[in-house]
Amino acid sequence: MKYVDEYRDGEKAKPLVEAIHQAVTRPWSIMEVCGGQTHSLARFGIESLLPPAVSLIHGPGCPVCVTPVAILDQALALAARPEVIFCSFGDMLRVPGSCQDLFQVKAQGGDIRIVHSPLDALALAERHPERQVVFFAVGFETTAPANALAAHLAKRRGLRNFSLLAAQVRVPPALAFILESPDARVDAFLAAGHVCAVMGLAEYQPLAQKYQVPIVVTAFEPLDLLQGILMVVRQLEAGRAEVENQYARLVRPEGNARAQALMREVFQIVPRTWRGIGTLPESGLGLRPAYADFDAEIRFGLKGVGGVESSRCLAGQVLLGRLKPTKCPAFGMECTPEHPLGAPMVSAEGACSAHHRYQPASSNPLLPAASAR
Amino acid sequence: MRDLLEGLMLPSFQDPLLEARHDAALLEIQGVRLAFTTDSFVVSPRFFPGGNIGELSVFGTVNDLAMGGARPLFLSCAMILEEGYPLEELRQVLDSMARAARRCGVRIATGDTKVVDKGKGDGLYINTTGIGLVRDGVALGPGRVRPGDAVLVSGDVGRHGVAVMSVREGLAFECPVQSDCSPVHHLAAALMEAGLDLHCLRDPTRGGLASVLNEIALDGALGIEVDETAIPVAEDVSAACELLGLDPLYVACEGRMVAFLPPNQAEQALTLMRQHPEGCGAALIGHVLEGPVGQVQLRTRLGTHRSLDLLSGEQLPRIC
Repeated sequence: MKYVDEYRDGEKAKPLVEAIHQAVTRPWSIMEVCGGQTHSLARFGIESLLPPAVSLIHGPGCPVCVTPVAILDQALALAARPEVIFCSFGDMLRVPGSCQDLFQVKAQGGDIRIVHSPLDALALAERHPERQVVFFAVGFETTAPANALAAHLAKRRGLRNFSLLAAQVRVPPALAFILESPDARVDAFLAAGHVCAVMGLAEYQPLAQKYQVPIVVTAFEPLDLLQGILMVVRQLEAGRAEVENQYARLVRPEGNARAQALMREVFQIVPRTWRGIGTLPESGLGLRPAYADFDAEIRFGLKGVGGVESSRCLAGQVLLGRLKPTKCPAFGMECTPEHPLGAPMVSAEGACSAHHRYQPASSNPLLPAASAR
Repeated sequence: MRDLLEGLMLPSFQDPLLEARHDAALLEIQGVRLAFTTDSFVVSPRFFPGGNIGELSVFGTVNDLAMGGARPLFLSCAMILEEGYPLEELRQVLDSMARAARRCGVRIATGDTKVVDKGKGDGLYINTTGIGLVRDGVALGPGRVRPGDAVLVSGDVGRHGVAVMSVREGLAFECPVQSDCSPVHHLAAALMEAGLDLHCLRDPTRGGLASVLNEIALDGALGIEVDETAIPVAEDVSAACELLGLDPLYVACEGRMVAFLPPNQAEQALTLMRQHPEGCGAALIGHVLEGPVGQVQLRTRLGTHRSLDLLSGEQLPRIC
């Protein structure tokens, strides 16, 4: 597959792996911010290629994982209403709220549809004028433009039966929070490639300067990740703390101006509670007053609905890089993909799920492995 | 599904025939060895690129019989119709079933039709049950798989699941992928007639190739290693899976089989399969190990190894 296979080429990976081994002289902790990166690292067994001195910390960039229980409970309440068609990305359906998950509400008769795009939900609203269609707008700056577009189009077309349950989050405040925390042990970041494709690099310069951390905007394929790690390690070893762009084939320094304009039209910056972490100022996007008619929280009077998180789930510690998923006492025991205690065990991008699913084999991949042929 | 089977179904019936857990039960009646299987079809939408629920219900059961080493002979057809289901569509489905049965050389010998109230069913459900004659000298099953066995797949994987998903309401996307929906019993017969010592055959339907490999590793108490670069996946299937955030190794096939046989027969089997229209895309994808028991290891294209686990529930499309 063109534009994918080239970035998964084992032969081309070798020189990058060797360069990383040569560059590293000291232990470094690197956080990959995005869940897509976490998934890819686990899927291709990349950690096993790195020198032991490099440890990867899985960051909070999994939208499924950080959506707070309170908003999930709002989603569950909405999805159970007979007049509502509740549309969601598939990942969200198995995430436990305080009492149940969306799959359970579906089994009890809730009309819940998995969609790939908020525009699919918009189309459903146009086809079913007698029903209320709610789209669960979760995600980082990557999903925000399309969600904004759906609200923008709904307003322009005068749809009265479409709304967003907004749980949008922003990356930079989360990185600042991680760096501010007293036991911060992150030396550098692989920033999320697609978030930066929308937002550009400007928000990351002040972070790199203030906290003196290298930030390399990195894509998601194995060669991208290895190159991003190499760039980060070279900065760390040289004592530099700059924003660099590994994903130059897609990410422009200024980002996507049209997407940003659409986001600004529909959303405003709000405080947001992150599951397992707490409320972070300016870390979310909520609908502007001009779009209040399309805000499901207002339309259905959901303010105040919402429960509390399970105290047995240490997801917050995992998301902040303080705890490896496998070191959690519940990992693989009372918390499994079949019966998740917390969200990181649900999504393919969740750190716990990725570890559970792709547990590495005990082999040294730098030595020639037995061929299956 | 495995929990449901092991926790509820098997303990309820407690029958060694059922507990063998093969695609078809192997029975012996007055010295005649029969394969016996049943399957229900609830696919939505009922018509998809490359097939429909009717032919699927014939091929699915025929393939299950073939996986038991049998020559499929007779099928039953039970239909549950939702009130108001259009007769014109029913006619199309029945025509497809009749054509499929002729292609497979099986007879639809008995049937049943029930109508349920509007809103109590999803248009049409079909159950087919099949009986076939097991070939002399053939005994297939996970218990016969041995360390060292070669693992072959008869063609590219993931087609059916992607084709169905591409036309499902709310998820539709432009995609040229056609389902692989077809019978594989001629292919299985060709391997057996050539005198190959087949140890086990499985068709990777629900849960795809990865699930079949895991089932064999668990039921045969063995390990399996497969090579990611050797597993055939069509370019359009892998592109669709990339977009949807799915792993093609877990996506259903409806016209493929996985064969386990001694390593020194792998080349001959591969050559035979590739000469056959149902197996022209066949590939040797890995081999069976003594352990770790119950585990499937994938050698990634980077040369690293990771486990290819059983999937919990359905694959959920990712957000970004």
